[in-house]
Amino acid sequence: MTAPRKSGNVIAKYLPVYFVLLGIAGLEVFLAYQHFSTAALLVILLGLAICGGALAVMYFMHLAQERRSLFLTLIPATIFVLLMMNMFWSDSFRLLRMRPFPH
Amino acid sequence: MAMHGHDGALMEGSPYAIPSRKLTMWLFLISDAVTFGAILFGYGYLRTASSDWPAPFKFNPSILNVIIMTFVLITSSLTMLGAVDSAKAGDKAKANRFLWSTILLGVIFAGLHIREWFALIDEGVRLFQNPWGSPLFGATFFSITGLHLLHVICGVVAIAVISRGFSRGSLTAGHVETTGLYWHFVDLVWMFVVPLIYLLNISR
Repeated sequence: MTAPRKSGNVIAKYLPVYFVLLGIAGLEVFLAYQHFSTAALLVILLGLAICGGALAVMYFMHLAQERRSLFLTLIPATIFVLLMMNMFWSDSFRLLRMRPFPH
Repeated sequence: MAMHGHDGALMEGSPYAIPSRKLTMWLFLISDAVTFGAILFGYGYLRTASSDWPAPFKFNPSILNVIIMTFVLITSSLTMLGAVDSAKAGDKAKANRFLWSTILLGVIFAGLHIREWFALIDEGVRLFQNPWGSPLFGATFFSITGLHLLHVICGVVAIAVISRGFSRGSLTAGHVETTGLYWHFVDLVWMFVVPLIYLLNISR
């Protein structure tokens, strides 16, 4: 059991991350009202969301302060699984055009 | 590093140098992230495959409501950080103040979310029908935001239980930290729900 330590001003320490996250959220709303195509907007918003998510994981969840082995165990496997889910997009485009698969 | 367990058996130390409860929470969060990933991909699949996907979210009230909800949830992550730091420092009163601030912000978030749901229901959105287009819009919207709302409500209850246990001395700062991980994850998921569910479907 670890002994209690002196409380620092953790709010001030993480305020920059907090403001960056709020800024990303604001930027997303602003960009959503610009005239991008849906595909371009999706890529931009997803990119910003990934940046925000990475900041939250690394600083709010303190993964940056943990051993690198924890990061290497958790994050690459998660990204791999999420990337593997992309395989069904071709089927959703096929459904949109109602075309059967070529035989 | 080897160490002795309670029964005298030789045990290995954690390779990650974190308590088992924290590792368990990380593993749960990873599985939860994949669950949310799967339903968001499912939503993307249906949205892409539908030629008449509705875009019902007007700036006022929906997007404005979402902006406030995002501000509230990100702020609650900051108060949770304060709670974890105070709990580790052994300052129970300060930790509890931060924990109850987090609970209050969580309740405000849930209230705003439920208000948003009722507004859409008033406009005629149901699980399998709506006045605008693809009937699956309601199913995906209520499923994804509902699962997130369920996480928020569970988080609020968990923080209340942890706060009570910590102030009574039956729970430790480690429990507060583990609950904090969960709460930050709820915040993280919202960062993906907002752009994909709301901002890609704004009414122009």
